[in-house]
Amino acid sequence: MIRINCPYCGERDHSEFSYGGDATINYPSLDASEKEWTEAIFFRKNIKGFQFETWHHSNGCRMWLVVERSTVTHEIKSVKPCHPDLQKVVENNK
Amino acid sequence: MKTRRIDNYGKINRDKILSFRWDKKNYKGFEGDTLASALLANNIGIVGRSFKYHRPRGIFSSGVEESGALVTIGSKDRRDPNVRATTQELYNGLEACGQNAFPNVNFDLAGINNYLGRFFAAGFYYKTFMGIPPLEWGKGTAIWMFFEKFIRKAAGMGSASGLPDPDTYEHAHDFCDLIVVGSGPAGVAAAIEAAEKKLDVILVEQDSLIGGNQLAENDFDNSQIKNQLENLGIKIMTRTTAFGLYDNCVVGLLERVTDHISAPNVNIPRQRFWTIRAKHIIVGAGAIERHIAFNNNDIPGVMTVNASKHYLNRYGVLTGKRIVIATNNDSVYETAHQLSEAGANVTVLDSRTNFEIETNKSFEIRKGYVPYNINGSKKIDSLDISKSETINKSETINCDQVLLSGGWSPAVHLLSHRGVKPKWDYNNACFLPSDTKENITMVGSSRGLWNKNDCIASGIAGTTDALNRLGLSKTNYFFPKPGGWKNPIQPLYEVKYKKSRSKSFVDYQHDVTTDDVRLAHREGFISVEHLKRYTTLGMANDQGKMGNIIGLSLMAELLNKEIPEVGTTVFRPPYTPVSIGALSGRNVGKHFRPLRVTPMHQWNIDHGAKMIEVGLYQRPWYYPKENETLSDSYIREASTVRKTVGICDVTSLGKIAIQGSDSTEFLNRIYSNGFSKLQVGKARYGIMLRDDGIVMDDGTSWRLAENEYFMTTSTGEAAKVMSWLEELLQTRWTDLNVNVTSVSEQWAGVSVAGPKSREVLNNCVDDSLVITNNNLPFMGVTSTFLKGNIPCRIARISFSGELAFEVYVKSDFANTMMDLLWENTKKYDGCLYGLEALGALRVEKGHVTAAELDGRVTIDDAGLSKMASTKKSYIGSAMRKRGVLKNNDREILVGFFPTNLKETFNAGTIVCEKNNIKGQGIGRITSVTYSPELGHWIGLGFVKGGLDKWKDTNLVGADPVRNKQMNLKVVSPHMIDPKGERMYA
Ligand SMILES: [Zn+2]
Repeated sequence: MIRINCPYCGERDHSEFSYGGDATINYPSLDASEKEWTEAIFFRKNIKGFQFETWHHSNGCRMWLVVERSTVTHEIKSVKPCHPDLQKVVENNK
Repeated sequence: MKTRRIDNYGKINRDKILSFRWDKKNYKGFEGDTLASALLANNIGIVGRSFKYHRPRGIFSSGVEESGALVTIGSKDRRDPNVRATTQELYNGLEACGQNAFPNVNFDLAGINNYLGRFFAAGFYYKTFMGIPPLEWGKGTAIWMFFEKFIRKAAGMGSASGLPDPDTYEHAHDFCDLIVVGSGPAGVAAAIEAAEKKLDVILVEQDSLIGGNQLAENDFDNSQIKNQLENLGIKIMTRTTAFGLYDNCVVGLLERVTDHISAPNVNIPRQRFWTIRAKHIIVGAGAIERHIAFNNNDIPGVMTVNASKHYLNRYGVLTGKRIVIATNNDSVYETAHQLSEAGANVTVLDSRTNFEIETNKSFEIRKGYVPYNINGSKKIDSLDISKSETINKSETINCDQVLLSGGWSPAVHLLSHRGVKPKWDYNNACFLPSDTKENITMVGSSRGLWNKNDCIASGIAGTTDALNRLGLSKTNYFFPKPGGWKNPIQPLYEVKYKKSRSKSFVDYQHDVTTDDVRLAHREGFISVEHLKRYTTLGMANDQGKMGNIIGLSLMAELLNKEIPEVGTTVFRPPYTPVSIGALSGRNVGKHFRPLRVTPMHQWNIDHGAKMIEVGLYQRPWYYPKENETLSDSYIREASTVRKTVGICDVTSLGKIAIQGSDSTEFLNRIYSNGFSKLQVGKARYGIMLRDDGIVMDDGTSWRLAENEYFMTTSTGEAAKVMSWLEELLQTRWTDLNVNVTSVSEQWAGVSVAGPKSREVLNNCVDDSLVITNNNLPFMGVTSTFLKGNIPCRIARISFSGELAFEVYVKSDFANTMMDLLWENTKKYDGCLYGLEALGALRVEKGHVTAAELDGRVTIDDAGLSKMASTKKSYIGSAMRKRGVLKNNDREILVGFFPTNLKETFNAGTIVCEKNNIKGQGIGRITSVTYSPELGHWIGLGFVKGGLDKWKDTNLVGADPVRNKQMNLKVVSPHMIDPKGERMYA
């Protein structure tokens, strides 16, 4: 079972979180072409090892997080807020 | 009846006599007995019938590996099948019976299966019934379905009661630095070492007593150990099995709280399911003694050597008088000595010829001898033995018990749960645990250590390993080398006997014989995973704790390979069975899932509502008057709304407050239709798409102020939409100044619908001017007050197609609002209406809900192309016309009428062309209702090509599930008031 160290709430069980998806996608602008959007939403890497993924602390502070997790061992290397401003707040409070 | 209990042995409490029933007869045992020890003491040899052949079976072991003594405990709704008699503690009044036998285990009519053995060999079911060639594929299935219930009855184990479980179960959680599994010498040493080094320690033991296999020693007393552990602050959990290891040092435990008590306190759960989060896990789970395969090695009276030592020294039961021990290793000699001291006549057959062992010569040792056949059927009469493994009948020994020890298998199961493959050790003829990077350390005999001092040393080393890995020390340590016997073990798995109808059992519980393994090999099932599934070897609830290695060795021999090349199967949780009750804990009955009610829930019930679940919500379904059925009621309610007025609780809709200077821009990006020009004081219906262009949800957004909106979503998608908006704002559009807040719980909502709805509201609002047609036009929004100074929000929104309003107040005012509205609704002969009438009204209007927007439908499919803006880009706009989504033959929303207006149809009906009724047809009906306005049944649904293609064609509705068929015609989904004039009234 995975434990995620939410920067706001502290370490919590994964049952408090909802899985989002690939955190490395740069979503195209809304007026981008069908081809660009197809690339962004349908083509995924199948990573063995550490990957960046989004998790939502849905039963907690409601923050969206970038979690660096190993798909093999579930080891979590880092957790930070998705929002860059929140990232700065967390950094400054360290 | 003669007893096998002997004086001066055992740790049972002879002052406390317990009565119990076995197969409807009364017996007595002592406190401290297991059911198995009490049965043995009462000289009961046959305790069950085997799975396929219905052979008499006795007690093979004294622990969790038991594969013969599976019994049913309790009766009626407390009937618990397949319980191992060897781990069931005896209590006063315990009721147990044998399984898989009629009328009883001593005289079983199905014992004839023993002589029909060839029908029950490996793969018999597959070949006969699944249609393996020469039968045509699939042709066997019908035969199988016919015979299945007879075969399942003939081959099987105990049966469940089929009644609701009256017991309660509980889920519990705990944290610790170190969890130690097993309280043998290694586990105890590890726990003490860790507690002395200030770690927070939990020690788990599946037995009722701590001590592990030391409980089989005649001079063992655990009280001192127990005191020491308690004084160190170690949490000791007995009767608790660590059944599984999971990611990040999570251990699953099953604590049997009251299974050993005759009349437990009803306020205490029967079992407790623990989730323990540790920083390190030490497993000292012990090792399990194996048997040896030879003919009739399952006759009652066959047992492992260690089990008989347990029965002697723990329970004071001498399991045989004339005992033959067959072995290939040193571990049996202490037991042989103790059994003969206790009065048994003991002979040891040791397959090895060259070895030295110190004994007091109280028993005979036959070096180089092996057993090859047991004579007897319900009990052992004699044993045929032979020199060496090539059978030349040489001798028969009269005996009443055969004890077997084919070596020991370390219990590597828990480590296997983590995907760590064990490695074969040739010297000790067993699988040993491999190292893992996870914080798990194996100690004691579960890492192949056979003597106590080595086990203790390994426990201390294990804790040092834990401390090092946790960064609390940097101390060198070493584990003792596996083994510890004076003479090496000599591999011995099977003694072959070439007589026809010979049955040498590998897996007792599933009746898998050595011949089954050979048959599987002949038929090409040579991978160990295939072997397992074809023969079902190791697939019973003991997971082959005793027999797996024998099966592997046979396959290795057949393939001319070594055991490690054949591999081993992966053990999966649970280590021992876990009841479904414990898994579900308290999440049963009405606690199965959370219940959501609206603030006027009680009000609705008090006013006669019948409720229905919508997602987690309880919503009013219909409000029957005297003797009204559901359909009487909803038809009356829907007609009343069309004629006068009705009110309906719509609180379950999702409600989101959207605030901030970029709110308008935000809404404009997430909705497919334009929001940039929505004025303050107006609401708009909107559709949200997913990134891939499919419809996600629909709802309304009300512009309350320049930078403030109130959004409603569908009931079912409320949580998803909220998360989606947060995701967009926190991950993609982090520059937008927008705040979203869920206010679903804060507002109570009511729809007031029907031509008289304005009159009703006139009487309810403080200032009736605010709701005139001019001041509150269609889709107008106002924040005002209900009488009694209750702040409210009113929007002129219609889901029914009538003049209608949605009124929201703070949840605390819900009942006051309902009283006020209902009092005035009654004045216009109005009604309360529920979800069923709401559905009827919206189907008549062709409004889509979750039944239509099922995650496959595009905005065009739903007939809402006008809602897709061409003047802006929004989520999903790039993808909504991609590939297949722009095909001409997509299923488009339409209405359906039965051709014969007297006919009905159901949702789920498949729409087909005449004379071509097959497959998925050309469409489907998603929602149906009786239309009070039209006077017949109508439906909404989808058909390929839509109305234009089929409007004049007679189609067929096929409903194979209900065995119905009817003629249909396709109509516009807007079945009444297609121009929408009433809403503007
Ligand atoms: Zn949080």
